Amino acid sequence: MSAPDLKPARWAMWLPLTLFIGFVALFMSGLLRPAEREIKSAMIGKPLPQFDLPAAVADRPGLSSAQMQGGQPRLLNIFASWCVPCAAEAPVLAELAAAGVEIDGVAIRDQRDDLKAFLARNGNPYARIGADDVSAVQFALGSSGVPESFIIDAKGMIRYQHIGEIRADQLPMILAKLKEAQQ
Amino acid sequence: MIANLGLAALWLAAALAALQLVAGALALGGRGQDFAGIVRPVAVIQGLLAAAAMIALVVLFCQTDLSVKLVASNSHSSKPLLYKFAGSWGNHEGSMLLWVTIMGLAGGFVALVERRLPERTMLATLAGQAFVSLGFYAFLLLASNPFERLDPVPVEGMGLNPLLQDPGLAFHPPTLYIGYVGLSIAFSFAIGALITREVGPAFARAMRPWVLGSWIFLTLGITAGSYWAYYELGWGGWWFWDPVENASLMPWLAATALLHSASVLASRNALRAWTVMLGVVAFSMSMVGTFLVRSGILTSVHAFAVDPTRGSFILALLAINIGAALVLFGLRAASVTEGEQFAVTSREGALVFNNVMLTGALGIVLVGTLYPLLAESMGQKVSVGPPYFNPATAMFVVPMLAVLAVGPLLRWRRDRLTRIRREVAVAAGLLLGGLAVMVIKGVPLLPMLGLALAGMLAVASLLPLRGRKLRTVKLPLWGMVAAHFGVAVALFGMACDSAFTVERLVAARVGDKVAVGPWQLTLKSIQPIAGPNWTALEAGIEASYQGAAPDLLKPQARQFWTPYQSTNESALDTRWNGQLYVVLGEQAGDGRWQLRLWWKPFVPLIWYGGILIALGGVLALLGRVVSDLRRIIARDKIAWRRERQGR
Repeated sequence: MSAPDLKPARWAMWLPLTLFIGFVALFMSGLLRPAEREIKSAMIGKPLPQFDLPAAVADRPGLSSAQMQGGQPRLLNIFASWCVPCAAEAPVLAELAAAGVEIDGVAIRDQRDDLKAFLARNGNPYARIGADDVSAVQFALGSSGVPESFIIDAKGMIRYQHIGEIRADQLPMILAKLKEAQQ
Repeated sequence: MIANLGLAALWLAAALAALQLVAGALALGGRGQDFAGIVRPVAVIQGLLAAAAMIALVVLFCQTDLSVKLVASNSHSSKPLLYKFAGSWGNHEGSMLLWVTIMGLAGGFVALVERRLPERTMLATLAGQAFVSLGFYAFLLLASNPFERLDPVPVEGMGLNPLLQDPGLAFHPPTLYIGYVGLSIAFSFAIGALITREVGPAFARAMRPWVLGSWIFLTLGITAGSYWAYYELGWGGWWFWDPVENASLMPWLAATALLHSASVLASRNALRAWTVMLGVVAFSMSMVGTFLVRSGILTSVHAFAVDPTRGSFILALLAINIGAALVLFGLRAASVTEGEQFAVTSREGALVFNNVMLTGALGIVLVGTLYPLLAESMGQKVSVGPPYFNPATAMFVVPMLAVLAVGPLLRWRRDRLTRIRREVAVAAGLLLGGLAVMVIKGVPLLPMLGLALAGMLAVASLLPLRGRKLRTVKLPLWGMVAAHFGVAVALFGMACDSAFTVERLVAARVGDKVAVGPWQLTLKSIQPIAGPNWTALEAGIEASYQGAAPDLLKPQARQFWTPYQSTNESALDTRWNGQLYVVLGEQAGDGRWQLRLWWKPFVPLIWYGGILIALGGVLALLGRVVSDLRRIIARDKIAWRRERQGR
């Protein structure tokens, strides 16, 4: 058995620093990159999963997947009254609704009174709101959080998944995607 | 009033950290020997002031003082007192305040008790500690002030995330934080030793209790966090390779390696540069983990409030602290590498192997955690999960555990395997026998390796006690045996869970009978019940193990009000040989209830093993502290006698 020479070369002492600079560069690129909202979801290009949700509030009907076929492309918005970014998103959704986009909502694990208050406070852009009390539809859609939005075309196919709130500067992009879904 | 006092204490603490740094640096530079005397007391007062700020925040939370923005956005008057108390660190600002508090207190404690190192090294260490603290004080005061006020004062708070409303919140985050931040002491010791070039056994002995203490808390924190996720999330899993979990595992792996290399340095004066490096790496991993969690650049099931500005601030801190340490290492390490030589077959050799494998596993976890970030910068979205982590870490952990069986039996410096051939034969026989049984039973590869290794390790970990009088065995040796035995126990639980778990998802009406593994379950009732800030549906399920008298299980689907969210309270029935895990799901349209059922043989051993590992650390720490105290007392006695004779 020979004794191993444990004294490494001088340059090796700078190896940790070199590695670390690489990590910092990676972290910086991660921070500086504009948040990448578009995800290649496995659900894109697939038909909407089957569901039938009861009405979440008194003045809007519930939501079933059957209603989302035929007619024009729709925005399916997954939200909740307890979700802060959803409140931030509300004015953008209102603008979309004003532009004639039909928006259906799925309220995740929500309570009628809270939801009513949320809609009274932030406006109600939704044509229908289904109550998804156990996140069943959310999971079926492959969505991991709130808010999230899906563009469903006239045939009931999922065309686009948007993770996180739709920001004002993303309005034209969403409108373009909706137009795309018309074909 | 209390908020103002807290903020004032925080500013004062920051100012004292600056003073500690400047005084330490001046004294080291030889320009102000007068300053040397104030560094230790300043460090102590700084720690106490940080603690005062933390106490102020806890009081504000307990009183639900809604004029404080942090309280208003994270608490609620109807919340049980325990969660008001624990909620003070269940948020970004509060947790960062806890971070600097622990850092300040640990620094103060070192300043108070550590007298073995040369005074210059201590000055450098305390200045280093102040440097790191100062960055975090700046972060708190400039970018995440926990005492920010609201005007007008809101009528009610927003409440605390229901997933966090669990007794686990009361001790899991503080435990982990003590672990993370305690490593800053090892970091500062490494800096101090590099500055004064005093890397040797004394340095390792001074650093070891701190590493050991942090490591105990990390081990307990990870164990508790794993169990918490297991019963609270209702997914039946105990480890998800989630970035936040990895963020706690990486410092643990580094600290485990450091613990072992420090013992080589302490007893044999070898592995000098390597130990210093690990001291830097361990706390760096804590900071990297904090950055990953707080900046939100990785997606995680742990939904922390995320803010890119804060991310940039932590990144800057991390770059300055770690970068400076590594530059210092590059400049100085070449002059400290010389250490004692040893043969490959020796205790040192086995410990070097342990270190290389632990570092390898650390690299695997780091790469897996960061890979999604790298892929994203090249325009791809990926997520890395168990299919990568399990086999890749096993590549390093399996050989390490195999060497662990014989390593503790080897002598320092130089040894022959033939001397311990009997022990090696026993270990190899157990391993091969175990593997043979598993192959016949058709167990999958990784659980098979796990079970065979666990069986062998359970026996091999006790071998160092062979031929010794148990009453005379020293505490650190007991500690090592307990910790290594704990590894075997935890490994057995993990392997059993992945090899033998039975899972069923059923829809049942009240009155239906369901079987899972050896259990017969009957759904007896579903009824609504109310808690302090939630309502729930509670199932009454009779569970009978192989026809024995049934236990009544009560899983709940809870609905919290503020904020509105539902959680699953799983019901567990623990036997000596495993755990029955029951989750109440939603009601199907036809009046049947979804039940998710698991029979998990020996799964609690995972956490018992974790506790045993931590207990091993406690025994070792006690042993070290006791022998240090004895030495101090003996030295003082000699000094006292000399003084008397001198008169």
